[in-house]
Order: sequence, then structure tokens, then C-alpha cells
Amino acid sequence: MAAPIQGSGAAAEVDLEGLERSLRRPRTLFSYLMSLFTGVATIGALFPLFSVLYLLVVRGTAALNQGTLRELPPAAMTTGGGFGNAIVGTFVIVAIATALSVPLGILAAIYITEFGPDTRTASAVRFAAKVLTGLPSILAGVFAFAVIVVVTGEFSAPAGGVALALLMLPTVLLTAEEAIKRVPSRMREAAIGMGATPTQVVTKVIVPTAAPAMLTGVMLAVARAAGETAPLLFTALFSNFWMSRTAPDFLPKTLGDLMKPTASLAVMIYNFSGSPFENQIALAWTAALVLVAIVLIFNVVGQALAGRSAD
Amino acid sequence: MPLTPVLTKRHVNGASDESPLTDTLIDCNISELHYGKFKAVRDVALKVKKGTITAFIGPSGCGKSTVLRCLNRMNDLVRGFHLRGHVIFRGQDIYGSRVDPVAVRRHIGMVFQQPNPFAMSIFRNVAFGLRLNRYKGPVEDKVEAALRQAALWDEVKDKLRTSALALSGGQQQRLCIARAVATEPAVLLMDEPCSALDPIATRRIEELMTELKRKYTIAIVTHNLQQAKRVADTTAFLYVDTSAGGRTGYMVEYGPTQAIFENPREEHTKEYIRGEFS
Repeated sequence: MAAPIQGSGAAAEVDLEGLERSLRRPRTLFSYLMSLFTGVATIGALFPLFSVLYLLVVRGTAALNQGTLRELPPAAMTTGGGFGNAIVGTFVIVAIATALSVPLGILAAIYITEFGPDTRTASAVRFAAKVLTGLPSILAGVFAFAVIVVVTGEFSAPAGGVALALLMLPTVLLTAEEAIKRVPSRMREAAIGMGATPTQVVTKVIVPTAAPAMLTGVMLAVARAAGETAPLLFTALFSNFWMSRTAPDFLPKTLGDLMKPTASLAVMIYNFSGSPFENQIALAWTAALVLVAIVLIFNVVGQALAGRSAD
Repeated sequence: MPLTPVLTKRHVNGASDESPLTDTLIDCNISELHYGKFKAVRDVALKVKKGTITAFIGPSGCGKSTVLRCLNRMNDLVRGFHLRGHVIFRGQDIYGSRVDPVAVRRHIGMVFQQPNPFAMSIFRNVAFGLRLNRYKGPVEDKVEAALRQAALWDEVKDKLRTSALALSGGQQQRLCIARAVATEPAVLLMDEPCSALDPIATRRIEELMTELKRKYTIAIVTHNLQQAKRVADTTAFLYVDTSAGGRTGYMVEYGPTQAIFENPREEHTKEYIRGEFS
């Protein structure tokens, strides 16, 4: 008698199908449709992105010329004018915000990954940063209003910078933390094995290795901050004049120059896009285009720098 | 000639005078080693002689690497690590309360199981230790000398500024050796340095070790008994004791390599070596 391998002779054989590709097979068809679907979804996702860019370029270039980049905002129903002061203001405010948030964020990230990863401080900081990422940006503005504007008695660029720094901080911190965690632990071990002190491990191995990824985080944060309007509305406010009182010097020359209402591209777009006047609306489009271009250039340059520092 | 490291700034206190009675460089005596409540190793006592290669062999989990990492205080990084015993290097207990573990690691360098070059150029990898020690002399010369000692110079001399990560595994491991010897430490600890390498690269590293022992004292952990037989002067055999319920490594036998392989005294050693060679 043959060895009874199967319990009953009626068990069906596994159908291994033919070798040809055929859409009539359900799973082949399903796989094909799903691939198609992901492609369609990608196009769907790109469509709004490109239509925004397209609109920006078409509408934005109409009023774009040297004057728009160098002149002051025009009154209603006039011709010419520009937003040179808003470009300078945006740079100054974002620079202040970066100077505040980047050192703080990166040093905190180093602490919570390298020196006290399991301390209560670390988990508190991590939790706070995660909560802060979801902070409505207008609340950052309210906070900076209360802390800086009320105290100094003046709407100012530093007040705007503090508000933006508050928004940048969690992004910088959390991306820097991720970047540091991704440094292979064997590199850390190698440095310690060479007799590096904890500080040397951080400054000579961890930070250089993590720098490109950290920079990406900083760029993300800068890009977000540069486009924020709400936090600036009650902090930097807006100004129709250059920061320096001694025109044609564009840049602020004294601390006093900083401590007054400051123009920014984001607030300018907000103000002028709601304006009923044709010339101001056109400038709002141009300002939007310039803002996007600035952020884009920053990103490209940042990535290039990050790539070079990795050698 | 005394093998005093010329580059290290922080000397272990009194490091320069060696015991005149013996050529023992490291006197290791571990009576118990704990990670938290886990007893990882017990009863390892051996002396590493200057200018020799000492191999640690034994089955997985017997604590060979743990013992090796005790010799330059790498275990300090593991939480809950606690050692009862002493490791005397040049007459001073490196676990003494006044000793800085960072300084210990500058005298006792390490090469790891996985090649672990830094994500920087070949040159900067080798110069790393020099920079740590604020070496003021001609860095280029030191880097070249280290790469020559590691038998890597001819392969990389034209691409010193390219990333070390682009090298092959064997080259990376020799780079790590060059990096470790650039500061001329007294001892090189090697934790299974060939386990991630192919046989040809392994051979090169082994040749290198026999070259290097003229200048450095070497301690190596290896899974490869033939390797221990080929390169080591003295061999320590460790085994796992599961009798108390845990997994505690201990040293079964220690002696000249030839004696351990050809005429082992202990039954465990015999079995282990026979299993590997039969």
C-alpha cells in the first residue's frame, strides 16, 4: 500500500498557473491597477503644486522689474513702487529667528541624544517640542507680543524674530535629534576608542556627520518661518519705510533701527492682496513670487553646502 | 626601547615607569564583571607581555569581547557595568579612582569588529587621533607613516582626500588600524577584526598584525581558531558556565598558543579545539 501522504485523495492540487503574463488573472490585474492608481495619485498631488507655481510666475512676473525689488511700497492707484524694504525686513527677521532657534535647537538636540538621552529633562524637552510643532502660528505671535512688544513698547523686528524662532525651534530640534540618531553608533564607538572626550566625540564626529541632515531641518524651518504671516501681524507689524532712517542705506544701522515696526514680504502679501487697488494686488503677486524664489534659492544653496561639508 | 607614546598629552599618572622586574604590560585580573545584576564574566587572570600577540578564543557569549573591552575601559559606556578586580597597565590600575578613562583609551587603542571609518576623507580619518591630541608636528608625515604601517599607503596615496567610506571593507579595516596606530599607542586591542572580511583581506590583516607586534602589543578576540594559531603568541580560552543558571564566561586555560592547541590541559579546551579542527 502506498504511504498515505494525504488524508483524502480528493485534495485539490495547487494550481501554479501558466508562465505568460495575463491581465485576466485577478491578482495580475489588481497589481496593474494599483500601479496605475499610484501614478494617477502622483499626478493629482503634483497638479495643485504646479498650478500654484504657474500662477505665481504668470501673475508675479507682470510687475517684476528692478524697481519692485528696490523701491518702497506705493500708495494706492499710483504706478511703480516696490517692496525692497519688505525683502530686507524678511531677511532681518528670519535672521534673528534663525540666530535664536538654531543654536538653541541644536544644542538641546545634542543634550537629549548624547548627554542625557534617558533623563526626565530629555523626555520633557521631546514632549514639549512635539507639542510645539502643532502650535497655531498666531499663538507664537501672541506670545511674542506679550513678552517683547508689551515690554519694549514697540512693534519691532526682534519681536517678529522671537515669534518665528518659537515656530522654528521644534522643527530644528526634532530634525537635529533625528540627524544625530542616524549617525552610526560604530562611529561614536570609534571616536571613544580613540580616546576622544565626550565633547570631542560631539564636535569632531557627531556634528560633522549629522550636519547635512541638520541643515536640511534648518532649511525647512527657515522656509516655513519666511512664509509665516500671522506671527508677524502683532509683532513686527509692517512699515512703509526702510529700516535705516538714513536712506538710501537699506540695512538697519543701529539697534534703534531694529526697534520699530518692520516690513516683511509675508505681511505685505497679506496687506496688498486684500487691497482693492490694481497696482497693490499686482505687487502682492510679485512679492509672493520673490518670497518663493528666496526660499528656493536658500534651499538649493543649503543643500549644496551640506553636500560639500560631508566630505 | 620604551614604548612611551610620544603624542599623548594626558599621561596616566606615573605611566612612564614600567616595572623593571617583568615585561608584563597589562596585568588583568577580573574576579567578577557585572552588567547590572547580570554576572557576565568571572575569574579571568592573565598577563599581556610586551611585544606579543595575545588571542582570546572561545564560544559565542563567553565574554571574550567583554574582557577585551575591559582593557581600555570601553565597557564604561555600558550602563550598569561594574568590575571587581583590577587591570594594571604600566604599574597603575586603570580602574583606579583617579584615572581618566579617556586618557587610558589614548594609550590603549582599539580596532572594532565592523570597520568603522568616520564619514570624512582618508587623510582626516588617520589624522583624527593626532588632532585629538593637538599634535603640532608635521601631520602629513605621521599620516603617511601610519598608512604605511597599515600596508595601505600604496593603495590610497593618490586619493587621500576622498571619502573613506568609498574604500572596500578590507581597506576600511586597514584604515582603522592606521587610524589607531597614528598616535602610537602602547597597545592595540582588536575585537574580531577580520570577521567582516573575506579570506584575502583577512590574510593581509594577519600579516599586518605580525608586522605590528614589533612596535605594539596586541590583544585580539577571534572566532577563528586557525587565526589564533597563526598569529598569537599566547592564547586564552574562555568558556561559558551555565551551572548557576546564568551565562557567565570564565577563563578555562591560558598559556603559549602552541601548548593550548597541541597539549591543552583542560577537558573543555580539548573538546572545543578538537571540534574545530576535526
